[in-house]
Amino acid sequence: MGEFDFSVWGPSLPFIRDGLLFSLRLTLIAMTGGIVIGTLLALARLSPFKPLSLAAGAYVDTMRSIPLVLVILWFFLVIPFLTGKPVGAETSAIITFTAFEAAFYCEIMRSGIQSVPRGQVWAAQALGLTPAQAMLNVVLPQALRNMLPVLLTQSIVLFQDTSLVYAIGAKDLLKAADVVGKNYNRPVEMIVLSALIYFAICFSLSLAVRQLQKRVAIVR
Amino acid sequence: MIEIRDVSKSYGATPVLKGCSTTVAKGEVVVVCGPSGSGKSTLIKCVNGLEPFQQGRIVVDGVSVGDPATNLPRLRARVGMVFQHFELFPHMSVRRNLALAQVQVLGRSAEEADARGLKLLDRVGLAAHADKHPAQLSGGQQQRVAIARALAMDPVCMLFDEPTSALDPEMIGEVLDVMVELAREGMTMMVVTHEMGFARQVAQRILFMDQGEIVEDSPAGDFFAAPKSQRAQLFLSRILHH
Repeated sequence: MGEFDFSVWGPSLPFIRDGLLFSLRLTLIAMTGGIVIGTLLALARLSPFKPLSLAAGAYVDTMRSIPLVLVILWFFLVIPFLTGKPVGAETSAIITFTAFEAAFYCEIMRSGIQSVPRGQVWAAQALGLTPAQAMLNVVLPQALRNMLPVLLTQSIVLFQDTSLVYAIGAKDLLKAADVVGKNYNRPVEMIVLSALIYFAICFSLSLAVRQLQKRVAIVR
Repeated sequence: MIEIRDVSKSYGATPVLKGCSTTVAKGEVVVVCGPSGSGKSTLIKCVNGLEPFQQGRIVVDGVSVGDPATNLPRLRARVGMVFQHFELFPHMSVRRNLALAQVQVLGRSAEEADARGLKLLDRVGLAAHADKHPAQLSGGQQQRVAIARALAMDPVCMLFDEPTSALDPEMIGEVLDVMVELAREGMTMMVVTHEMGFARQVAQRILFMDQGEIVEDSPAGDFFAAPKSQRAQLFLSRILHH
């Protein structure tokens, strides 16, 4: 291979951009869906109704005990087998990530809900709010606020983890870099480029979260 | 208005309330005092069902609190409660703190709830702070907002759970002033407090609790002149000397 030739970066940009856009889209969808489903799972886990809390607990523990790559592969291979219809790699990735991340967001939201002092729940109930109204108006907004830095940090990890869809051939940032690298016979240069992009995005987001954390800490 | 009959409660094997009985008549102000851990906060939380109890009966304005068929949220909406640590909702402005339950529970319109809230804020002297968040207020101001929030629901009676215990000494007066005024207007009140000055001033009756029991239930004058039980004598001599 000899010398590095970074001139390949120029012509690769349109592909890289498309890959990056998919990675970001996957992250945003999985984050939004994951936080919503995760919050519902957290409520189920905290429910006094045992079967519900056990089922939610089993789901969360299962997801957290299996490597993400296996879940991605398993879902991609098994669902078409069960439904008889092939699912595109991108759709498959979106569903898998939402379902997987929900387990992690669930645990974050659960500790967020538990971080709200009991007196707040008492006060809400003493005013006549039903348990559901108290949860929605008093507990969840505070839980979300308390957990915002952790939720965002988890989302940065999620963005990095989206590179694993490489395994099923979905066209994310890493896959785009890989394809261009093979076409131009410059795989190392393209891997370096994708690493730099991941680093730049994740590092600046981490800094932003740290700033946010300081502000949240003051508000409390 | 409030009838408590033979109420007992325990956490596992540890009894926290033992056969407590008393009544609070309409318009009456009853102060509950006693050493810490005596069960007074637990008792007052049983009155609106925040704490469940295993035995006995509590009836508030004709509604049995312990009855599984009772719609507790509806009952609680008519019983105001003020907590030791204020428990204003920190993520909402003062205005929204006052309006939330009026809209969600009583079904008032947003404008109506806001107007009622502002009127009560004015009454506790805090109308100028309506758009602040609780964290921007002093403890005494927060507790006055909490009283206004409870009053906004037009309660038939008010429960106070050590309303001044978390306050700096210089702020206790402003909260007690609001409570004294409320008592003078004829509000039915059950107040857990160590403020004996307040008790002398407005309470008709004093309940003295120790180790989960109501040891003494006397007219305020009698209680301060000559407490019957030794435990109450000891308690009074201790807190009055400070």
